[in-house]
Amino acid sequence: MNPAPLVALVGNPNAGKSALFNALTGARQKVGNYPGVTVERHSGRMSLPDGRPVELVDLPGTYSLEPSSPDEAVTRDVVTGTQEGERLPAALIVVVDAGNLDNHLRFTLQLVALGLPIVVALNMIDMAERDGLKLDPQALSEALGVPVIPTVAVRRRGVDELRAALAEAVGDGASRAVAGPAVPPADMSALQRRARELSKIATLSETPVRRITHGIDAVVLHPVLGPIILAVLMFVMFQAVFSWSEAPIGWIEEGFAALQGWITASFPESMLRSLIVDGVIAGVGSVVVFLPQILILFLFILLLEASGYMVRAAFLMDRLMAGVGLSGRAFIPLLSSFACAIPGIMATRTIDDPRQRITTILIAPLMTCSARLPVYAVIIAAFIPAHDVGPGIGLQGLVLFCLYLIGIAGAVLAALVFRNTIAKGAGSGFLIEMPRYQMPDLRDVLIGLWQRAWIFLRRAGTIIMMVTIALWALLSFPQAPAGQSQSEYSIAGRIASGLEVVVRPIGFNHEMALAVIPAMAAREVAVSALATVYSIDAADEEEASQGLVERLQGRWSLPTALAFLMWFVFAPQCLSTIAVMRRETNGWRWPFFALAYLFGLAYVAAGATFWGATALGL
Amino acid sequence: MRLDILPLRQPMHIDTIDWAALSPGEARRLRELGFDAGVTVETLHRAGWLGRGPIACRVGRMTIALRRSVAAAISVSPATVPAE
Repeated sequence: MNPAPLVALVGNPNAGKSALFNALTGARQKVGNYPGVTVERHSGRMSLPDGRPVELVDLPGTYSLEPSSPDEAVTRDVVTGTQEGERLPAALIVVVDAGNLDNHLRFTLQLVALGLPIVVALNMIDMAERDGLKLDPQALSEALGVPVIPTVAVRRRGVDELRAALAEAVGDGASRAVAGPAVPPADMSALQRRARELSKIATLSETPVRRITHGIDAVVLHPVLGPIILAVLMFVMFQAVFSWSEAPIGWIEEGFAALQGWITASFPESMLRSLIVDGVIAGVGSVVVFLPQILILFLFILLLEASGYMVRAAFLMDRLMAGVGLSGRAFIPLLSSFACAIPGIMATRTIDDPRQRITTILIAPLMTCSARLPVYAVIIAAFIPAHDVGPGIGLQGLVLFCLYLIGIAGAVLAALVFRNTIAKGAGSGFLIEMPRYQMPDLRDVLIGLWQRAWIFLRRAGTIIMMVTIALWALLSFPQAPAGQSQSEYSIAGRIASGLEVVVRPIGFNHEMALAVIPAMAAREVAVSALATVYSIDAADEEEASQGLVERLQGRWSLPTALAFLMWFVFAPQCLSTIAVMRRETNGWRWPFFALAYLFGLAYVAAGATFWGATALGL
Repeated sequence: MRLDILPLRQPMHIDTIDWAALSPGEARRLRELGFDAGVTVETLHRAGWLGRGPIACRVGRMTIALRRSVAAAISVSPATVPAE
């Protein structure tokens, strides 16, 4: 049986392509990857009016057929039939912004020259009218020689007409392979002149541009008000991430704990029960518990992106980010990483320059995420006296603040080094279109949220599960004879003894070496692991940390405790982050590099802290 | 006058663009975004304290953000016809 004909959705960035893709395919979408590159392949099924199925693929937005990024190269290769693992489309839907014909028609002309059957979707026609443009789709169709259908993707207007025109363009479904692999050489200026002529033909009347957008920009890009509004928005976002996620995280933890309790109570003690309770369920739990924060952060990121504000935020922050060789685009991913590096790294997709994107991914784990707080809280409570160093400034709070600053300083240094070594190159700087503001469409946002959640659960989840089970095995085998501690006797315990030799010079003791191994799953596990090795029986984390504070005070010296804090500023003790790095960079090279450089930094920083503090006689 | 020092809200014509001063990637993107000799351009906003951040300007019906170093390669002169 022949596969359904392939139809590709092509267009400039900000033409409303993804909204049209959602309108045409509904929720029947698949997100995959093109082989060998980190470019997502969004595809979905739709049926033509006569009932025939068609596979629709949403190609990355681009301004021309001369690519300046891997995404844009995929678009060129698909429409010319040279993309590995993709057949030549039977037809193209070219999406153009009705309010920006001058610019978008140039790319349309390039695509028409390829010779594939084409339907043009004159999208966002309502916004063009709002901005005082009166267009003549018929005249444009005649001038271009292809059907032109006015659409409003977010309101599902024109979708049926588009389907009908597409049925005609697809014809018998056989791809008319008139397009060769060669892209016709483009004279950009000539194309641009022709595009302007066409735009004039299609425009019946126009008035000055974009009143609403200019009105909003006058406020949000104001030299004084703009940064204040950005700061308030970011503050609200962080408040939401922490306060809204608290309850769902509690439910997830309780749910998994209840499941573990039920299985423990219902089945006799065995290796299998231990594998299921401590390996599988604990593993799945450690993945799912990240979901509330990821979903809330992505809700904000998707809303900022869809409304058009994201580029404005990048515009305001570009100067600051340029100082470390990045662009304003890196600001939101890095800021998100203060809540959790996982959505931060996933959000780097909006950075078009590959070298800046890699740099951002590599430094994201240095932003102090929420999982470090339980560790910091215990150690600070145990070793930093709770007295004031100034009016209203407590020493404990000051130390915590310094830990955040050290993380940022480390990130700044690392970014500067990477941008001058492994990720060297001027890159594309910051040269970007600021789209019109628009009301985000609820359905488009929900589809985006669902896709992010699914990618995280499926792709990262499988890796995290495997490693969690491996960790379980390391901690469970071989089984300790009666009277001996399992954590000491296990393989992990023996590794810890080996590790102790390595970490002894930076002031770590055997218990600390034993605690950092399970903390690879997630940083906060260090607290319960320390509680275990100091044999504290506690019902929950809070109780454990209270008992732990007292135990630690007698057993660790201050230099040792400070070294442990410093270790957690840098150490990449989060499998989920590593798994997401693998997924986002499409290979193990960068995750391994991140592990090496972050552990290296952690070792040096902890060692320097230990010896510095010892020399000072602390 | 260079675009990077052009006062806000004064529509101008682009005289020349010093393509050689730009990286190939920047030059291509600039063309793709509609910058060319003869086009009307108007600066709308400057980001950052003391205006040292990027500049937002209007070209055709689009608003484009670009860094000052790129804007410095674009020479403009007063529009001879009123802006659209």
